[in-house]
Amino acid sequence: MFKKKGLKLLLASSLVLAAAGCGTNSSESSNNGSKEPAGESSEQITINFMHLWPEGVSAGQNKIVNQIIKAYQDEHKNVTIKQEVLDNEQYKNKLKVLSASNKLPDVGVTWAAGFLQPYVEGKLFTPVDDLLSGELNGKFVSGTTEAYAIDGKTYALPLEFNIAPVYYNKSLFEKYKLEIPQTYEELKAVAKTLSENGIAPIALGNKDRWTGSLWYMYLADRIAGQQTLSSAINGEGAFTDEGLLQAATEVQTLVDSQAFVKGFNGLSNEEAKSEFLNGKAAMYMMGTWELPNFTSNEDIPKEFRDSVGFFKFPKVEGGKGDINSWVGGPGVGLFVSENSAVKAEAKAFVEYFVTQWGEQSVTGAGVIPATKVDTASMELPQLYIDLFNEMNQASSITLFADVQMQASAAETHLNMIQALFGKAVTPEKFSEEHDKAIAAGK
Amino acid sequence: MDKVLSNKKIIALYVLPSLLLILAIVYIPIVLTAYYGLNKWNGIGAMTFVGLDNYLALFKDATFWSSAWHSLLLAVFSGMSLLLYLIVAMVLAARIKGAQLFRKIYLIPMLLSSVAIAQLWLKIYHPTNGVLNSMLESLGFANPPAWLAEPSLVLYALFIPILWQYAGFYILIYYAALKNIPASLEEAARIDGANALQIAWRIKLPLVMEVIKVTIVLAVVGSLKYFDLIFVMTDGGPNGASEVMASYMYHEAFRAYDFGYGSAIGFFLLVICLAATWVIRKLTASKDTIQYS
Repeated sequence: MFKKKGLKLLLASSLVLAAAGCGTNSSESSNNGSKEPAGESSEQITINFMHLWPEGVSAGQNKIVNQIIKAYQDEHKNVTIKQEVLDNEQYKNKLKVLSASNKLPDVGVTWAAGFLQPYVEGKLFTPVDDLLSGELNGKFVSGTTEAYAIDGKTYALPLEFNIAPVYYNKSLFEKYKLEIPQTYEELKAVAKTLSENGIAPIALGNKDRWTGSLWYMYLADRIAGQQTLSSAINGEGAFTDEGLLQAATEVQTLVDSQAFVKGFNGLSNEEAKSEFLNGKAAMYMMGTWELPNFTSNEDIPKEFRDSVGFFKFPKVEGGKGDINSWVGGPGVGLFVSENSAVKAEAKAFVEYFVTQWGEQSVTGAGVIPATKVDTASMELPQLYIDLFNEMNQASSITLFADVQMQASAAETHLNMIQALFGKAVTPEKFSEEHDKAIAAGK
Repeated sequence: MDKVLSNKKIIALYVLPSLLLILAIVYIPIVLTAYYGLNKWNGIGAMTFVGLDNYLALFKDATFWSSAWHSLLLAVFSGMSLLLYLIVAMVLAARIKGAQLFRKIYLIPMLLSSVAIAQLWLKIYHPTNGVLNSMLESLGFANPPAWLAEPSLVLYALFIPILWQYAGFYILIYYAALKNIPASLEEAARIDGANALQIAWRIKLPLVMEVIKVTIVLAVVGSLKYFDLIFVMTDGGPNGASEVMASYMYHEAFRAYDFGYGSAIGFFLLVICLAATWVIRKLTASKDTIQYS
């Protein structure tokens, strides 16, 4: 008796399992080859969209994403956009895991250059050049789509464009009668005055490592010049160049003069940022993606937001760099998966998304979009407008080193940055390790 | 019921589902990991078979050895702290006043997730606003170190929350084992004139020896593959000063896109854990197990 019952139970449970397993590949068939993306057909289509703007962390962006999706679904009744939202680090990991099992979402978020490369080599992203010649032709800020191009094909459409200024606390500067530093020597003097008064001069969360990389990049740019720096990064030049060596030495000089917050190598960027937001540190170098925190974020006291200004990284006397040269680059872009069953529809959605994002992200999230936007007609915070204008006058923009390099070289770069700031390596060793890693990556 | 369980086919049938599951989610991945270790693979594109290259490179990799050393240090520290946990458990099991309350106090860290613990201790260790440094400063230490940024201190600063996190777990195990000892044994010893220390050393300790052996294995193997708190609190930094084997594996696979090498580290880690278990078993093996009588 029991025997039979047990068997039945087993049978039933295995059936349930099998049924559950079958449920996933439902929306398999679709008009893959058709040139007409969506609109007329009554067929139900689901586009999976994975992004990294969770409501808690990026409220502004999250709202815009939802608005755009809603509008798109209203216009295309047969299309459902299914979102999966993860935060930055989790997003990167999940993307890699999904890639390994070839299960990328139809549309997703990617970074440029070095990050993109393995995915392109693995034939996981589809080229989106056809979108560039369509409605979006000429809409992008020059230099943005190029960062997503490999071997003449563009694999993602950029959404943001960022540069990294030094933000500073005006009221602290006033209190200690400090001027905006025009030269690097002045910057060091400002740092000295601040630290003598018990204020941490610069907030730096170097546990994240790319944060320290920004400082090295600017010193390298100002001392050795933009050309020398970028050719060292792409392997044509060398980090053992005299100017680049000097930049590494200057990093350690800054560390020695206690220009950065205490324990910066153990602090995350978020922790360091809170030092700046609390008024305990006077300066903070970060990408323009932080702008909303200094302009429109209601969680941060208005008094503080009003006292935030920015300045360009100062010139170094005798250096080859130009004060209008920036470190920055496109933020994230949207890709379409090569293996997507709804490729045409996904591309149409990406085109729509990028177009809508341009204007809405300016007013809604305060980020600087990669598409050209006429800001004259909008009411925007002054800090935003000033930085926007700076960007238009930029003489050159050097892409963040860790984004530009290949993954393994980027990892060496970041480790070496932390070691340099922690005085665990000499500038010479720092430069040699870079050249070794970049040569190995080729 | 007995009839059913003596039928070999039925036994096989009942064992099969979990056997398949454990094969699929434990043993097959182990074999796959060993195999990936033989390849150069960025995790996305095609794999290139490179034979033992990754495994051989491991032996020459200074970072790997320093991370292995850090893991070993953690294992030694957890092993030693077991003694402390045992003493606490003995005190708690000795029907002292408020034992209930203390047991709860020790258990609470176990109930928190690792990330929550990490956040808590990040606040404690914060170089300027942290509880620890504020306390030290008010005690007159002018310039307390930035605990998580100092390469020579960071590892030990991390050990404290790790050991704190697991204290409750081991105390609970020891407590349960000690409570299992029949009260009559202790009473008999007391009548014979043994003091508390003698009872602990001569009676309680031998009787919980088997449990102690198990906890040593648990603590050592657990330490060798430890990951979470270190990952959240320092990410192996600064400059690799708190890198352990598991975090190094993660960095190689997921940050540097070298899944082949990462897998080789992972497989090596498994081998080390098995070896450690075997060695501990050998060292602590005793022919005659003492039993309650």
